[in-house]
Amino acid sequence: MSSETAVSGNGRGSALSYPLPLEDALEPPAAWAVLREEAPVAPVVLPSGDGASLVTRYDDVKQVLSEPRCTRQLDADDAARVSANESGGVFNDSMAESLAGAGQQRWRRMLTKWFTAKRMTMLRPDIEAMTDRLVDEMVERGHPADLKACVGFPLPVWVICALLGVPDSDRDRFARWSDMLLNLTRYGQEEIDAAQAQFHAYMAGHLEAKRADPGDDLLSTLITTTDSDGGRLTDAELAATGQALLIAGHETTANMIGKMTAMLLADRTRWERLVADPSLVRTAVEEALRFDANPGFGMPRYVKEGVEVAGAEVPRGSTLVCSMAAANRDETAFEDAGRMRLDRSPNPHLAFGAGPHSCLGQSLARTELQTVLDVLLRRLPTLELAVAPEELRPVEGLVVGGLREVPVRW
Amino acid sequence: MNVTVDEDKCCGAGACVLAAPDVFDQRDEDGVVVLLTAGPDASEHAAVREAAEVCPAGAITVSDS
Repeated sequence: MSSETAVSGNGRGSALSYPLPLEDALEPPAAWAVLREEAPVAPVVLPSGDGASLVTRYDDVKQVLSEPRCTRQLDADDAARVSANESGGVFNDSMAESLAGAGQQRWRRMLTKWFTAKRMTMLRPDIEAMTDRLVDEMVERGHPADLKACVGFPLPVWVICALLGVPDSDRDRFARWSDMLLNLTRYGQEEIDAAQAQFHAYMAGHLEAKRADPGDDLLSTLITTTDSDGGRLTDAELAATGQALLIAGHETTANMIGKMTAMLLADRTRWERLVADPSLVRTAVEEALRFDANPGFGMPRYVKEGVEVAGAEVPRGSTLVCSMAAANRDETAFEDAGRMRLDRSPNPHLAFGAGPHSCLGQSLARTELQTVLDVLLRRLPTLELAVAPEELRPVEGLVVGGLREVPVRW
Repeated sequence: MNVTVDEDKCCGAGACVLAAPDVFDQRDEDGVVVLLTAGPDASEHAAVREAAEVCPAGAITVSDS
């Protein structure tokens, strides 16, 4: 528990509750601009009741995420807990422990070589075929349809199953486990435990099968690869890798597909511009990532040695929460930050973090988002929201933000 | 234009390869950046500047010499 005095207050007395309430599913909280201006390192109270400090300016978020003294040791005795539930959520679970034991950097190196931009670009035709199939099924069922349920939710799981060499016939089970493991608020602890057990049993059998008959998937590669020190990943680490890919790559991308489409359709001139000029897809995806006002919790960091952020001393033992989304709306970093400019370039947004721990799967996420947008523009140029943008509702989840449904017609 | 990369800083995100695939690549062994040319053609300059700007690790430096 970091103390409330970690960072001097902003003179207003009490700390804000974090996450900040969203007034509108697609619009940023009004507090962001005030915080960036007046309280760049603001005391907040997390759902657990523990205190932390919220960082909202672009330069500061980038600095903290790249700063080695701001660590991911959120299991330190005096680190703020994000939520009060016993598992501590995805920021502090057994998977993270197992991988920390493996030496996170070693694990990351072994995965990074698999997630290169070139390799992800090679997956593109497969991702496109999967998207076309999901769009076929959605069109067959007719409109109005929930684009999130029909395309956004299944596509990333299908992609992860392909990466892991999981057969098509098992991917619906995978999707269900993923949903249960991630939606800590929607299911009871018993259901989550059961899903966890089933998932681990499945992964154990799957690893066995891959060992006997390796394919060209990520797990087969990891099973047979030794790193430069001659080390291999253990079965526990390999199973944890599968779960890590689901945690990192499913709900995040699924929600982003929904939010991206909703943002582009909420002001339909955006969609029409892309239909007229699909070469803007690449920059439009980056701008959607930057413009996302509801990406979720942000990135917590435990301060292991005192640092200075925005001119304030942040003592050792504090917990900082970086709001990449608030930073992405910082007018000092982005001209016209409050406007969605589909051709913005360069667009050094922080949606994937920054520094040595920035998102390992960002090339995959980019490839998926670009492919989905390409396919939707080609297949459904008349796509529109089936509800007024104000009627879109944010999901309840704590970690990853998104829209409950994205009702569309065409 | 002169381009340099810092392999130690590189985190293997591959953003540079997506921005300027004719100038940047990633090593097969560990995904670390490979500079294909330190003096790219003028037609690549905008893409290279973008790659440097969007690199999450700040591992790419561009100078106008």
